[in-house]
Amino acid sequence: MSEITVYERPKTWTPDVSSHYCPGCGHGIAHRLVCESIDELGIQNDTIGLAPVGCAAMIYDYIETDFCEAPHGRAPAVATGIKTVRPDKIVFTYQGDGDLASIGMGEIVHAANRGMNLTVIFINNAIYGMTGGQMAPTTLIGQKATTCPLGRDVAVSGYPIRVSEMLATLPAPGYITRVTLSQPKYIIKAKQAIKKAFQNQMEGKGFSLVEVLSTCPTNWGLRPVEAFQWLMDEMVPYYPLGTFKDFE
Amino acid sequence: MARVLMKGTEAIAEAAIQAGCKYFFGYPITPQNEIPEYMSARLPEVGGRYVQAESEVASINMLMGGGSTGYRVMTSSSSPGISLMSEGISYIAGCEIPAVIVNVMRAGPGLGGILPGQADYLQVTKGGGNGDYNMIVLAPSTLQECVDLTQAAFDLAQKYRNPVMVAADGFMGQMMEAVEVKPSPTRDQKPDTTWALGFMRERGGRKSLLHSLYLAPEPLEDHNQKLQKKYQAIRDAEQRCECYRMEDAEVLIAAYGTTARICRSAVNNLRNKGKKVGMIRPITLWPYPREAFKTIPGTVKRILVAEMNAGQMVDDVKVATGCAYPVSFYGRTGGISPSVREIEEQCEKLLSL
Repeated sequence: MSEITVYERPKTWTPDVSSHYCPGCGHGIAHRLVCESIDELGIQNDTIGLAPVGCAAMIYDYIETDFCEAPHGRAPAVATGIKTVRPDKIVFTYQGDGDLASIGMGEIVHAANRGMNLTVIFINNAIYGMTGGQMAPTTLIGQKATTCPLGRDVAVSGYPIRVSEMLATLPAPGYITRVTLSQPKYIIKAKQAIKKAFQNQMEGKGFSLVEVLSTCPTNWGLRPVEAFQWLMDEMVPYYPLGTFKDFE
Repeated sequence: MARVLMKGTEAIAEAAIQAGCKYFFGYPITPQNEIPEYMSARLPEVGGRYVQAESEVASINMLMGGGSTGYRVMTSSSSPGISLMSEGISYIAGCEIPAVIVNVMRAGPGLGGILPGQADYLQVTKGGGNGDYNMIVLAPSTLQECVDLTQAAFDLAQKYRNPVMVAADGFMGQMMEAVEVKPSPTRDQKPDTTWALGFMRERGGRKSLLHSLYLAPEPLEDHNQKLQKKYQAIRDAEQRCECYRMEDAEVLIAAYGTTARICRSAVNNLRNKGKKVGMIRPITLWPYPREAFKTIPGTVKRILVAEMNAGQMVDDVKVATGCAYPVSFYGRTGGISPSVREIEEQCEKLLSL
């Protein structure tokens, strides 16, 4: 009987490290999809990543490509600087919702509006993870967080921001899509989107952003399985899955 | 290239290009707007790129990204914009990324005014951003020095993998003078592929990581100690200072930038009258030229610090001289520079004591 390899760790994944992510956190899956895409496209030696501030700040401990760590929210600006000097390299940012949609809203809007040939992986889990579960601009109406213990009140904090829909109103960005990691069938679609976002850059097509709806069981106060259910029941209705722009 | 009449901001921009800077990230703010304007027109001619950022916060982070590739990059701004850049400067220092920042200083605080000022001396020499870091700060006093120090800034940035600021003031930026802008001998210097991003293949598949986050205390302290060792090496090797007619002086003026220009005229006028006045002019505001202060002759009785601020360099002079002299201060604020006559009067007053 011959052995068949059904799965192996991506080559771009750093060998022999265990992640610091909580059980049920989506970052590990999203990191793997990034690694698999880089492997399949054969761009490991040519890729430069920008780490955010947040739980994924240490993404460079897990992904074997060049990396620079950006100040909170500024990854699209740092990436713009790199891509301006090295248009021959594949540059991506990996940012959470606090990083990208709150403190870094200016940088992401203008990088998108320039149509910078970048790949943005935007992890939306509707909360600040690393700092301990504070309200994010993406926190759902009524969702409890440590800085809105009674639930997000629209009268005080406004509405959760739908980043993909907002950026899709701009003429310059080319590919904007929202995926999730809640079930294997959605993970397969997420992988296709992430790979496409890298491929777009290789083909010089312009700005690509993949919004990945993800989980934060620790700060949501849920068990991992409950968290994936909550994502489907609560987040997906407000943040509909789908592609908002595809270089049309 | 022969000497040509140029505006300070444009001379700085051309000097950068002749130093091999092909990438510039800018944002409008008076009185430095001619730098991004010049770069936006000139860089495409030399195969470079200009990007207009959406804010100074973005431009300093673009500079960080550009610098992380090891190529020569620059941004420019003026005082309020530098405040916004302070976060980024701290990260650039923490990640040890070479980058050049031009600061055409104006009067503050807050929005202040668009006229020249030196009231950011403490901000640029003592920090601005968070953490234990230092930035090399060069203060030109003529437009030729604007050119030469801008070119030196790129060499220093790459040599030490550190941010370097050319701290000019609004006079330096807006006046015109004859300058010679020569191609820098290091203009074609290649990125250091041992650390620069984008050379993973050249490193045989070894990734480069530029970061300032160390969650464990011991590695962070190690990182700080490594930085401090570098800063000490810079203090040891890179102090620059001009001592002007200092021999036998009884009153010594300490001044930099435009104020030093004014003081030079005052020294010449007083010397013509037989009055023993000299000047010590820091060119590196950081590292502060403490060694030069050790050469002050025994004839000196008093020191006058003159600045376009409320006395921000006074403490550095006191420390550099071990508080061995009475130190007086004369300054103007609000965008007003001291006049030659005002400086002469201050010196005459001190000479008569």
